[in-house]
Amino acid sequence: MTDSGTLKVAMPKGRIYKQASKLFRQAGLPIPEDFDDSRKLIIPVPEANMEFIMAKPVDVPTYVEYGVADIGIVGKDVLMEENKDVYELLDLGIAKCRMSVIGLPDWKPVIHPRVATKYANVASQYFREQGQQVEVIKLNGSIELAPLIGLADRIVDMVETGQTLKENGLVEMETLFQVTSRLIANRVSYRLKNSAIQELCDRLGAIIGAPV
Amino acid sequence: MTKPKVFEKPTGVKDYLPHAVAKLRRIERSVLECMRLWGYEQIITPALEYYDTVGMASSTSDQKLFKLLDRRGTSIVLRSDMTAPIARVVGSLLKDEAFPIRLSYHGNVFRAFEEEGGRDSEFYQTGVELVGDASPEADAEMIALAVASLKAAGVPAFKIAMGHVGFLNGLFEETLPGLVGEQETLKACLLQRDHVGYRDAIRKLSLDAAWKRELEDILRLRGGQEVCAQALELSSNEGARAAIRHLCDVWDVLEAYGIQEHVLIDLTMIGDFSYYTGMTFEGYASHLGFPVCSGGRYDNLLSQFGRPAHATGFALKTTRILEVVEDAAEERERTLVAYEGPQRQAALAKANRLREQGEIVVTALVSASELEELRASHQEGHASGSGISYRGRTYEKLVSFEDGKDDLA
Repeated sequence: MTDSGTLKVAMPKGRIYKQASKLFRQAGLPIPEDFDDSRKLIIPVPEANMEFIMAKPVDVPTYVEYGVADIGIVGKDVLMEENKDVYELLDLGIAKCRMSVIGLPDWKPVIHPRVATKYANVASQYFREQGQQVEVIKLNGSIELAPLIGLADRIVDMVETGQTLKENGLVEMETLFQVTSRLIANRVSYRLKNSAIQELCDRLGAIIGAPV
Repeated sequence: MTKPKVFEKPTGVKDYLPHAVAKLRRIERSVLECMRLWGYEQIITPALEYYDTVGMASSTSDQKLFKLLDRRGTSIVLRSDMTAPIARVVGSLLKDEAFPIRLSYHGNVFRAFEEEGGRDSEFYQTGVELVGDASPEADAEMIALAVASLKAAGVPAFKIAMGHVGFLNGLFEETLPGLVGEQETLKACLLQRDHVGYRDAIRKLSLDAAWKRELEDILRLRGGQEVCAQALELSSNEGARAAIRHLCDVWDVLEAYGIQEHVLIDLTMIGDFSYYTGMTFEGYASHLGFPVCSGGRYDNLLSQFGRPAHATGFALKTTRILEVVEDAAEERERTLVAYEGPQRQAALAKANRLREQGEIVVTALVSASELEELRASHQEGHASGSGISYRGRTYEKLVSFEDGKDDLA
């Protein structure tokens, strides 16, 4: 957080960034195109009185909660998993996908159910609400492998098109929730830099047609 | 968990080294002095309380309480705030004291938090409680005193956001009469600061579009006094209107104090609904991602301690303020009184005289050769202004006692 009025924005590197930066440009914020492929971690955009912090997506809520970034863009999946104390201001409607339970087509209930996932908190909570006690196995990537090689009987993961699942002979069994990217804000910044944040919300809201 | 290493402490607790303590004490002293000048008398309550009394009454959720058992097996908690203990004192030891009662405190409180999130398990709070006064004057006094305390602590720039739980309670009861579940959902979203979830929940309600728009519009109800006028137009519910009128009155008092520039009204700023009963507020400082103070009206707490009364109060998060205020001015000069054995009595007497004059004095028994070195270093240090170095520490002044001679300051 700074007093100078510069808004520090934590941007997720990778998949969401392209769509988010496009949205910002549509909203009239002059983010040069060549930043999209830049390897710099901190990108000042003085014309917009902003500074972009390029972060690993899962870390965005942490930066915002501590106030080292005023606002941030992050997927609902990460917000649900990380459970940080931040304002969730706007559904940007980009990077659409869903959080689902996935398994082999011939899945049958097993005695000791095991669920592999990157989203251990989300998965634990979901199965508890379903009244099922499962062993949650935290993995960091290629989650689809788990049911194929017998590490787990089901997985919880994000599904965008379903292509990866199809290619690996897996099926979606249930959907936990829909995922889109969200604009989040730090508790203090939301008060102290309210006009700048509200203006950004309004501009983005006008582009995506959401009421703010 | 593996056996802790010798330097490790339990999660979320901290040591404060001399430099930090000096700063903490300075903040604590100036803030308590400020509160004293507003007529608040300091009290001290124990760190341990019964779970069934103070533990149950506190606003801290059960899983965040540190619980232990005493030797009879009764559940004990480490206090999680100072408000519930003070309510206990007001209802018992001070039960014959006339209202209003003004009390201040500075103490450590304990909460079992997650490791992260900038939250300590033990932290210091400095605050006040004003018991037995329901007036807008009393609510405004809390905000005015919070502003004065933050200034006294040396917080450079800050804002206070003020809300009222009665407004949302009334508005939701008006728009969703009797639909407790739906009302709870909306409140839960606002409490979790989830505006997206709040709008989604409204969209799913079977309400006419005008009402939906009004419910969404409260997310934008922020600003100065004009917010009160806008909010009065929104709701015809008597509870909601009474809440807004109360806030208007508080605002008038704040204007009379001349501190309205520090305050903004935000009607979505809500505390825990089961605890707070009226005006609530939070303070924010630049360069700090977490609030520096919070408070509000809690008219239901005192009845749990046998003396129903209106009450309001606030606490500064003193350990967080530590991070935003400037470092204390240079430490006062230190004097080294060095002596050889036979001169002990004279040297120690001299040291005490200097201490009585307010000097910081350290004494050291030294050998003849050390004394020589010290004097040489004193001459040098005097010329260069770098002070005297003795066993790794620097002293600004030297008073030396050599065998057979007098004070050679």
